[in-house]
Amino acid sequence: MVSQILFIAITLAAIALFSYNVKKVIRNIRFGRAVDRSDQPHKRLMTMLKVAFGQTKMFFRPIPALLHLIVYAGFVIINIEVLEIMIDGIFGTHRVFGGLGIFYDVLIGSFEFLALGVWLACVIFLIRRNILKLKRFSGVEMKSWPRSDANYILITEILLMTAFLLLNAADSKLQAMGVGHYTTAGAFPISQFLHNLLPNTEAGLIAIERGCWWFHIIGIFAFLNYLPYSKHFHIIFAFPNTYFSNLEPKGEFTNMQSVTNEVKAMLDPSFTPPEAAAGRFGAKDVNDLTWVNLMNAYTCTECGRCTSVCPANITGKLLSPRKIMMDTRDRMEEVGRSLDKAGKGFDDGKSLIDDYISREEIWACTSCNACTQACPINIDPLAIITDLRRYAVMEESQSPASIGTMLGNIENNGAPWKYSPADRFNWAKED
Amino acid sequence: MSAQLNFEVPTMAEMIAKGEEPEILFWVGCAGSYDERAQKTTRDICKILHHVGLKYAVLGTEESCTGDPAKRAGNEFLFQMQAMTNIEVLNGYNIKKIVTGCPHCFNTIKNEYPGLGGNYEVIHHTQLIQQLIDEGKLKAEGGESFKGKKITYHDPCYLGRGNDVYEAPRKALEALDAQLVEMKRCKTNGLCCGAGGAQMFKEPEKGNKDINIERIEEALETQPQIIAASCPFCMTMLSDGVKMKDQDQNVKVLDIAEITVRANGL
Repeated sequence: MVSQILFIAITLAAIALFSYNVKKVIRNIRFGRAVDRSDQPHKRLMTMLKVAFGQTKMFFRPIPALLHLIVYAGFVIINIEVLEIMIDGIFGTHRVFGGLGIFYDVLIGSFEFLALGVWLACVIFLIRRNILKLKRFSGVEMKSWPRSDANYILITEILLMTAFLLLNAADSKLQAMGVGHYTTAGAFPISQFLHNLLPNTEAGLIAIERGCWWFHIIGIFAFLNYLPYSKHFHIIFAFPNTYFSNLEPKGEFTNMQSVTNEVKAMLDPSFTPPEAAAGRFGAKDVNDLTWVNLMNAYTCTECGRCTSVCPANITGKLLSPRKIMMDTRDRMEEVGRSLDKAGKGFDDGKSLIDDYISREEIWACTSCNACTQACPINIDPLAIITDLRRYAVMEESQSPASIGTMLGNIENNGAPWKYSPADRFNWAKED
Repeated sequence: MSAQLNFEVPTMAEMIAKGEEPEILFWVGCAGSYDERAQKTTRDICKILHHVGLKYAVLGTEESCTGDPAKRAGNEFLFQMQAMTNIEVLNGYNIKKIVTGCPHCFNTIKNEYPGLGGNYEVIHHTQLIQQLIDEGKLKAEGGESFKGKKITYHDPCYLGRGNDVYEAPRKALEALDAQLVEMKRCKTNGLCCGAGGAQMFKEPEKGNKDINIERIEEALETQPQIIAASCPFCMTMLSDGVKMKDQDQNVKVLDIAEITVRANGL
């Protein structure tokens, strides 16, 4: 009875804490400007199913894709087991779905294979990160926290899977011994091999079984509450992020409506622009970005596929698309925290540009879209870079000198170079 | 290959004066108009249009920058000023269909002009060439033979990833019976030449290598006789790269339009 009450209390606390943090995350995303992504719901749903659920873009790199698929399948499927754990925890039952007979055996049996798969995949992932030291996982932005974050997640998953298998092993051993509470249920193709590692006493086995059971479920709750602080948030955000992702051709940049109104008024004096939206041109800080950009930042799992294909980064420039996303998230969370502390309207005197992302970074971008193509969950660092450039150019008139010259030439001659418009057709003429 | 044309290139103004309408407008672009190397490609596109008897026209001095480099550099004002002015000219001539000689112009007019009132069917010149080959109007005969020659094709970002045009340029090359070899990074994974996003007009940021060198090294690994391009900016970057590597005697960088013209002896 005590353990049931304890279980319910822990569950409620975990859910409450998670909801509290998610509310903050949603509040932070809402710092962003409005952008309408309610069009083409069918196409959006298909994109989500294909890219997030089906992980199609992951398979551009088959090895990590396969390992990731195992962890993903394990995570989703083994969580069916959590439902049983919840019911057992609340009502004090033992393997409440055990009555399903052979179906239950198949279920538990396949969970065990998956658990082993996840265990192995996570070990390989740890080796890739810490022993093989894959280049993709390094870079200026991969400081100690992002690196530890990744390792914590992998180690936690390994521990959870270990607990799951040990739990089953102890349980099945108890079942075989005919201990009262442990009614026969489930098939244990993997964990049966752990029997020899376990004690033969009933008390010892029950201690291990209970210990692992509690560790497993508390571990899952802890993991859930770790998400809002971690890059691992993608397990949730991948879905809305792909659903709301850009469906237009990648080459297309948005036309800024605020500018359209001004340009129309300039070209046609009779045009009366609709009420001008407040705010600056482009983005100086996170609240100038759209909510989609900000959601992108929470979704990023720092895998570095973007940076590894970025032509600027490959050739040693400072720009790293992954850093753009990480900086955006860090800044957004900083703004959120200072808002919590000092209340609405507080200005900490910092901004996304300069304090987080330098001019050198934004001007190194070739807008080639390699980063957006590479992202397995359709994050768009280029949209943020473009908005930072817009702010620099339109609000501050700051750009590399040669860019200023190019813009001046277009303005004066209708070409980015200093040639006379009268000579534009000379290519067709005889010398 | 004579650099000059032995026919007149019709302008829209002349066509309208004669009471005629072209089937297609050839949008030349700034590089195609002013850059000496790109001018060759421009003339070759005209040769193709002339050869197949397609009724086309150019805007001539009425054409102006699409605003692409301004937009990528963050100057949305200047972009929209250019766009709206161009749209006024295009709509004034009742233009329905446009072929561009540059992926940047192609992307901008195709994707970014509609929202500002400019709705046209826009194709890139490699798509036109592919269509003409498919229709049997263009064959790879009567000119230089490319049979068995090793050609590698560099995907321009704004044609490839930007607009998912990967097949048309390759079809144009396949018609030559040449040996098409792909670089390690091609199609969706193609590496930028380094000129996009207004980089064409500025010095690169500090790094340990220029992007076009990284790209040309990869292209040269395929040991090509020809590196095929389909963008005037890529053309500049790749040609510079080949020169820097002292390979300009062995490896030619040619636009797909130029290759097509040579193969057909136009």
